[in-house]
Parts: sequence; C-alpha cells; structure tokens
Amino acid sequence: MLEVSDLRVEFGGVIALTGISFRVQRGTITSLIGPNGAGKTTAFNAITGYLRPTRGRVAWAGAALGGRRPCDIARRGVVRTFQRTSVFPALSVFDNVRTGLHLRGAAGLWSVLAGTSRVRAEEARLAAAADEVLAFIGLTHRRDERADALPYGEQRLVELAVAVAARPQLLLLDEPAAGMTGAEKERLVALIRKIRERDVTVFVVEHDMRLVMGLSEIVIVLNHGRVIAEGVPAEIRAHPEVIRAYLGSADAPA
Amino acid sequence: MIARAAVALGAGAAVTAPWWVANPYHLHVLIMAAIFTILALSLNLLLGYTGQLSLGHAAFFGIGAYTSALLSLPPLEWSFWIALPAAAAASGIAGWAIGRLALKLRGAYFVLVTISFAGVISLVSINWMALTNGPLGLPGVPPPALGPWALRTKSAYWYLVLAAAALAYLVCKRLVGSRIGRALVALRENEPLAESVGIDGTRYLVMAAVVSAAMAGVGGSLYAHYTRFVSPEVFLFSYTVTMVIMVIAGGQGTLAGPVVGALLFTVLPEALREAVAWQWQMLAYGVVLVLCVFFLPRGIVPGVLAVRSHAASRAGHPRPTPGSRSSLR
Repeated sequence: MLEVSDLRVEFGGVIALTGISFRVQRGTITSLIGPNGAGKTTAFNAITGYLRPTRGRVAWAGAALGGRRPCDIARRGVVRTFQRTSVFPALSVFDNVRTGLHLRGAAGLWSVLAGTSRVRAEEARLAAAADEVLAFIGLTHRRDERADALPYGEQRLVELAVAVAARPQLLLLDEPAAGMTGAEKERLVALIRKIRERDVTVFVVEHDMRLVMGLSEIVIVLNHGRVIAEGVPAEIRAHPEVIRAYLGSADAPA
Repeated sequence: MIARAAVALGAGAAVTAPWWVANPYHLHVLIMAAIFTILALSLNLLLGYTGQLSLGHAAFFGIGAYTSALLSLPPLEWSFWIALPAAAAASGIAGWAIGRLALKLRGAYFVLVTISFAGVISLVSINWMALTNGPLGLPGVPPPALGPWALRTKSAYWYLVLAAAALAYLVCKRLVGSRIGRALVALRENEPLAESVGIDGTRYLVMAAVVSAAMAGVGGSLYAHYTRFVSPEVFLFSYTVTMVIMVIAGGQGTLAGPVVGALLFTVLPEALREAVAWQWQMLAYGVVLVLCVFFLPRGIVPGVLAVRSHAASRAGHPRPTPGSRSSLR
C-alpha cells in the first residue's frame, strides 16, 4: 500500500499541495485526476523523490520514501514515467529496455573489467529479459530502431517498456495516453491491465476522463492542491464538488 | 567484414612496426601516438559516454607522470612495475575527489572544477621545490626493467606502450558493453529517466571519473619513463586540448574514435613538419581540423560508418545501424 499523509509542497510562496493524504491499495489501478494546475504531477514528483516536499510522509509497503533519492526509491520497487515523452533518444529500443533492467543486474566494476563468465552469463540473461519485455509490450518489431526515430505513440510505449523492465511493485504513470490516437489508447488500456495482472500496483495521472473512468478502480480527485473526492468511478462522476471543480473546464468528467 | 580486415591489418602493422619503421624518429612518433591513444580513450570515457567534459585531463596525466617518477627516483627507487599501478592509483584518487566534488553539479561546473584543479596542480608542481624540483623538473627517471633487461630501446618501449594501449582499449570495451556502460550512457541521454529505473547518477559518474583518471595516470607514467624527464610542462592546457581534439575528431562515444583520433593527430603535425615550412605547419593542422569538424561533425569513425551504411542501402541492401544517427539522414 502507498500511504501519503499530510504531503505539502510549496514553491517559494505558492502552495502546490496543501497537505494531502490518500492511500493506494496494493494490486489496484488507481487514478489521480484534477484540473490543470491541481498538483497531480507535483504529487508524483514528491512521491518519487524528484521534489523534496515541505512536509509530510510517503511510504510504500511500510517503508518511508521521504528524503530518498529517485534511484533509491526505484530500488524499493517504486518506478515512474514522465509527463513528456522520456526515452533514451539515441539508443535502440532494445538498449532502452536493457537500461531499464539496470537493477536486475549485479555486475560490479571489477568483475566487468575482469570479464568473468558470470558477467557474460548475466548479460545473456538480461538480453533475454529485454526481449521478453519487448514482446510483452508489443515492440519486438521495433527492437533495433533508434527510440527517437519511432512515431510518438510508440515512443510512449518504449517509455512504458523501460519502466516495466525495472520490475516495479508500484508503477506511477504520468499522463501515459497524452498525444495518443484512439486506437493507441485502447491498446494502452489493455496493456496497463496486463501489467496489473503481473502483480503491479498502478497509479495513473491522466486527463482523458473516458480512459480514467474505464480503467481505474479508485479515483482520487485533486483541486487547488487538496483532495476533494475519492471513490469508485461512479461515485466520482456524481460527486457535486468534482462537478463544480470541472465546470468551465474543457475536460469535464464524462 | 571490411572493418574486421582493417583492424587485423592495423594490429599486424602495429606489432611489426619496429621492423618496417626504419627511422627511430618515426618510431618515437608512434610511441607518442600510443600514449595519446590511452589518454584519448580515457577522456572519451567521460566526454563520450557520460557527456561530462573534463578540461583538466592533463592534471591526471601529470599526476601519474610525477607519481611514477618520484617513486622510481632516489630515495625510493621503486620498480616501474610498482610505480605504474601507483601512478594509476594516485590519479584515480584525484579523479575520485574531483568527481565527488564536481559531479553533484555536473555540466559547466564539472568543466570549471576540472580546469581549476589542473591549474592548481600545475602551480603546486612549479612551487613545491622540495618535492618536484620546481620548473627544473625531475631528470633521470629510469627506464622500465623487465627482469635483467632495461627497456631502453625505442622498439622495446613500443611494445610496452602498445600493450598498455591495447589494455586501455579492452577496459573501455568491457565497460561500455556492460551494465555500467549502459548506466553511463543513460545518464548522458536522459538523467531523470535513468534515475527513475534505479541508476545512481553520482555513483556511476564518479566511477567513470576514477577509471578515466586512473587510465590517464597510466599514460602519464608511461610518458615519464619514456622521456625520462618530468617537468610542470606535463600539466599544460595544450595536452588537454589535444586530447579533446582527438576524441571529438575521432568520434566521441565510440570505441575506435579516440584510437583513430590519437593516431591521426599525433602523426599529422609530424608529417606536416616534414611536408611544409614551419610557418605553415600549424595553419595546415588547423585547416585539417576545421575540415574534419565541418564534414564529419560527429567524428571520423561515425562518419565513415555512415558513409558505408549509406552506400550499402543505395546498393539495395538496407543496413540498419542501430543506435546511430546515420539511419536518419
């Protein structure tokens, strides 16, 4: 379970998060929604160590994540993607995924320099694991192409593949469907469900309300840096404060 | 196929060099080229793979040279074979310190800290008379001895530097092909993403700085025992600039690039010295450099590879070159 309690983030004098608390249950697909500027990405950044919160506590599976660096948080099984497309541009799709497998390898400097048979065996194992991830995400046909040469929708899948390769227990997806076509979104939804079946808890920030309502079991709504509602999609759709928050906003809940 | 043949040809030529290079001066140039190959490989590890520019790389070279010289001169008179790893260790420790200090900030800060470090170390070498003998330098550094034989001849020294350069290449090759190398490249390509999958940026950049500095220290030690003389000149900024030129013109972030760059830009000035009057020598060097950067902006090695894959695809055999910009052009 991801526990966020009294999380507060201030940028200079601006309060981005007022001190929010919520929980993400293990094994669920939970979404975090809210109008632009509500503080969704800020919450993600604070949870994953990219931003130091002013105060508050974040814990995954009972272990506190506060004050840790992103790489240490990843080591504890919490992996995220980014709002803007974020791949290793000059590397092949295969190498992108192999890089994502970093924590699954153990070879250190001396054994690498000595070129031990153990290192070679590990490399072979990692290459096989990378191919397995590519097949799982459905990118095998792009294996040897440069990541930045791919169409936008597929670059987003590369990003997902890199995150999945890191074998997360909790996967935070920051607007995974942004910029995708309808068909690509359907494929993405199926993929996120498939990822959850691998015993991964999925926590999503997303603007596409149809996608959110169809995908999530629990929806948390942020507005002006505080949680205004939390519940199953049907409750959220009918929630008066949520409707008010979205009035006049282009992305009203469907 | 062609690349493999070229490598085999090059290796064969290198091993037999003392037989076909009759002029000892030419052999001297080759020895310097091998030492600079080690330095360029070392700089490339940082500049090419992590994207961090060390503009004080001569400092690591110089620390290696001084360490090795001081240990093998009286009163210590240690064997070269102990002084060499000690030089690597001393430079490696300096690399670690600079890395810890500067790589938390990176980018421009790393450049500034490395420049300042080289400046400070150079001043120390000039002013600490008791240790370094100041601007007069340390003469009489003994040649390495292999059992009862001292490696005094140029051909013997050639094999020593050739073996060291091959070892440096092997170190780079193994690193780059490992998860450590992938971590370094990931940090160059997209640091936040690298961190998100558990790559500890500072740890791996410091590791790269240590290996790179230690390798430059080996180059320094080999230089000291070859010229038998070390002076504050080893810290000259022009050494660093030469290394940067070799890496960038050869092809940063490739394994063969620094080797090609080091060979070309050690041999070229000497060849020009024989071909043109001295007034034109540096001018011609500059023209070659500008042409290189203009026509092969990513370096000679990636440029040649791109031309080859382009020719292959024009012949109707598309040759995808994964991870190279060439496929986009």
